Amino acid sequence: MQIRIASDDGVPIYIQIVNQVKHLVASGRLAPGDEMPSIRVLAEQLTVNPNTVARAYLELEHTGVVTKRNGTGTYVSEGRPAMLQREKIRILASRADALLTEARQLDVDLSEVVKLLRERNAVMLEEEIGK
Amino acid sequence: MKLPSPSSAEAVVAITDLSRRFGPKTVLKDVSLYVPRGSVFGLVGENGAGKTTLIKHILGLLRAETGTVRVFGLDPVDDPVAVLGNVGYLSEQPDLPGWMRVEELGRYAQAFYPNWDKAYAEKLRAQFGLDPAQRLNTLSKGQTAKAGLLVAQAHRPKLLLLDEPSSGLDPMVRHDILEAVIRTVADEGRTVFFSSHLLEEIERVSDQIAMLHHGRIVLCGSLDEIKARHRRFTLHFKTAQLKPPVIAGALSISGAGKEWTVMCNGARAEPPSIAGEEDARIIEDRVPSLNEIFVAHAGTAVA
Repeated sequence: MQIRIASDDGVPIYIQIVNQVKHLVASGRLAPGDEMPSIRVLAEQLTVNPNTVARAYLELEHTGVVTKRNGTGTYVSEGRPAMLQREKIRILASRADALLTEARQLDVDLSEVVKLLRERNAVMLEEEIGK
Repeated sequence: MKLPSPSSAEAVVAITDLSRRFGPKTVLKDVSLYVPRGSVFGLVGENGAGKTTLIKHILGLLRAETGTVRVFGLDPVDDPVAVLGNVGYLSEQPDLPGWMRVEELGRYAQAFYPNWDKAYAEKLRAQFGLDPAQRLNTLSKGQTAKAGLLVAQAHRPKLLLLDEPSSGLDPMVRHDILEAVIRTVADEGRTVFFSSHLLEEIERVSDQIAMLHHGRIVLCGSLDEIKARHRRFTLHFKTAQLKPPVIAGALSISGAGKEWTVMCNGARAEPPSIAGEEDARIIEDRVPSLNEIFVAHAGTAVA
């Protein structure tokens, strides 16, 4: 599990951990049933306070991303809670914002952008069939 | 200013109203702080702020002129054996006998530390990549720091005390030192007190911090609470401002022309009220980093 902490951007470290784990789950790099590193191991790996990692895990547990099993450890939750769908949308929304900002600066209006997305999707599908 | 509640049973270090003068110079003034058991306590402050003088009081190397210092509930000057036997100390320049070989360190340190754990010391030595046959005075600065850390840690002290442990070291050694800090607190009930001017490090590993500025504590408490009490706004004015805007509750204001950044200390929900200025809007609003908080306080703490 690869997580990177930036200690100078103002975002509390436990939130950085929470967001990155959610991202790893949403993108499939962490699969349901995968075991999370122990609090101690992750704290040493990231060189952050163990309490910070514990707090992040608690938050992930509350939102249903991970599940604690009696005494054995913490695992990525089975099934797909609604939160994960929201998380996927959240990731896409930031990409969409970047695209829209660029379109605005280039003076391309929204209907053109939507048209472009459909065209690109069609090209991608064709390429997939071609393989 | 508000201090964390001094529950003395849980405070590994309790300092109350400590002041210290060296000749005409006041080095510490009315310093009070409590280090809770099991915490990583980060002491921040620029060079000359009084950090090392404070640490010398904790070690019992200096007697409190006014105020009190208690470590594990004891006076470190009156009871040095009971205090120092449970403290692991690493200074900026570890003072180790240069003629000695790495493998002899244990025998040397066992004299001071009855709880010296041979197996753990050997594990640390291997982990730090120290050659057992090498003489201490031929070690690099980074290796010397690691040897010092080994001596500070291998008796599994209740309190690990590090004075500017990363000063002048490369990132790899700094990482090893931070890892040691984490390992120590992950062991049940152990406490770490460390001073640094590298605020990124402090922010990463500490849960409690104190900020020392010209010998006074300007901030003290849980890192999360301190961060939550501060906000950093960037304002955009319609017209260029020739001088900084007047903002109630601002710790510091910086910028030029149309954009100004304001650091505020106060309730998180309130945006700053701008005196006599309607033509400004907030374009950024975020929790500042510890570094930004420190700079804002260091700029205003001296009258």
